[in-house]
Amino acid sequence: MSIKLGVPSKGRLMEKTFDWFGARGVSVARTGSDREYAGAVDGVEGVELVLLSAGEIPRELSAGRIHLGVTGTDLIQEKLVQWDQKVEPLAELGFGHADLIIAVPNCWVDVNTLDDLDAAAAAFREQHGFRMRIATKYHRLVRHYLHRGGVADYQLVDSQGATEGTVKNLTAEAVADITSSGETLRANHLKILDEEPVLRSQATLFRSRVAQLEGKDRAALEALRDLLGV
Amino acid sequence: MSLTEINAKAAALKAAFQSAGAEALECDILLSAETFLDLYGEDVRTRAYVSSDPARGEVMLRPDFTVPVVQKHMDEGAEPARYTYSGPVFRRQEEHPERASEYVQVGYEVFDREDPEAADAEVFALFSETLAGYGLRAVTGDIGILTAAVQGLETSERRRAALMRHIWRPRRFRALLDRFSGRAPVPPSRAALLAAKDPFAEAGPFNGMRSEAEIRARVDALKADAKEAPLSKSQVELIESVLKVSETCTFALEQLRDIAVDLPAMSDAVERFARRSEALAARGVDVDKLDFEANYGRTSMEYYDGFVFGLLSTQPGMPAVATGGRYDALTRRLGRGREIPAVGGVVRPDLLFGLETRS
Repeated sequence: MSIKLGVPSKGRLMEKTFDWFGARGVSVARTGSDREYAGAVDGVEGVELVLLSAGEIPRELSAGRIHLGVTGTDLIQEKLVQWDQKVEPLAELGFGHADLIIAVPNCWVDVNTLDDLDAAAAAFREQHGFRMRIATKYHRLVRHYLHRGGVADYQLVDSQGATEGTVKNLTAEAVADITSSGETLRANHLKILDEEPVLRSQATLFRSRVAQLEGKDRAALEALRDLLGV
Repeated sequence: MSLTEINAKAAALKAAFQSAGAEALECDILLSAETFLDLYGEDVRTRAYVSSDPARGEVMLRPDFTVPVVQKHMDEGAEPARYTYSGPVFRRQEEHPERASEYVQVGYEVFDREDPEAADAEVFALFSETLAGYGLRAVTGDIGILTAAVQGLETSERRRAALMRHIWRPRRFRALLDRFSGRAPVPPSRAALLAAKDPFAEAGPFNGMRSEAEIRARVDALKADAKEAPLSKSQVELIESVLKVSETCTFALEQLRDIAVDLPAMSDAVERFARRSEALAARGVDVDKLDFEANYGRTSMEYYDGFVFGLLSTQPGMPAVATGGRYDALTRRLGRGREIPAVGGVVRPDLLFGLETRS
């Protein structure tokens, strides 16, 4: 058997993850052609690379099919109920920074806090006969955040992409989305509320608390953690 | 205990409610989610199972019986009416996976305009008698007293409405009281907006469905509110003293009557409490020993707006064995213009087993 390490299969997140491991003496790379999802781990015995979509890594960790995985804190907390009982964060990797925030149209000069958002939502429902729509794909995190903030009379509408466009298209009044620089928001005449973000996320190495360790697996995991210093 | 045993216990409870004069009612398990979302907002998704149906849209596994029973009564019921029912309800337990997500409830509901306080007493006495011998502790409360106190506050209608809207969210209610009384500082963004010569100087283009007129209306309202005198210290203390009442019914009534001297708008609600206590005593309930907590039922029972009660096990951490209360406002919202005063309660037979062997 071997330890399975799940890494995002594409783009900058994959390359930066490879760099992070490389800087610690563990060479992680894709093998074969550009289109083949196969990889290799050198520098430590008994570790196998599994390339996966970042969005699937939380599920694989919680099912115990991979022992370690790199993905965003946002995806872990959105997708896993009681995430801290299923995975343990071992190291923040220092890239893939993004905040999950709530943004409203810039012209809403009267709305800057959650308190304002709640009052505006109540008036909106009164006026339009339906609950104010907030477009997002992070339903659980946003609902929990708004519940704690005492916001009522809103509804979440699902948006899996181009979320910032929903306000202009009149399919939502506000959005909750991941942002790193805020440029897309500004370009769409949206502003971030003056509140703590719903979540501050970055690429993080997680350990599955449920994956079985057989035979030499335990030693392999120890050796890898020693090398990585986590 | 097995489901067979629980169902047998449920059947016995339902039979007891039937012999108290209730008609047995069956309700659908698969309900329209829209009704619940409209009543309770998005939060209900964390407590109930929502699924989708290609033809009906979003559907929900019955999280309680009250809504379908009210709908059934509004559609086809004759007045007055007493109903009993028994069956499973379904609750998501995201925060507490150790709690049951499916359990049986047996209920008794009264729709009667004649004498609300007598109906309150009838329901409480029935549950109290039926569950005697399980060693339960009874708690009562009255959301109507708190709402009457808020309605009587010397402040703007807008502030009263904001407080009313958050009666069932104690933390938010507290935060609003702090802001209206000036105890919490004005957020910098609000101060900047109020000080701005042209609040729209950096607004950019208007976009989205919330119109310029709606935004201007709220800016005007905020300006008007800033000119309003803060809610006085004595008014805040009155609300706080109401919330703090935690006594036997007899002493609670005395305290509330004292507070009502300074907050006369509360008097009618307090006198309803007095009539209920008399009605309870007439049914043999010892009100000198029955607990009353003004704060009871503010978090978990969002649709109750008058009398509330719970029968609790003395074991720590166990959910309430029986709960109930008055929900006139719910019938108003579901009745589309029609309404009927209603009061009722539910008991969880599964929770009775451990207690029975104890006693």
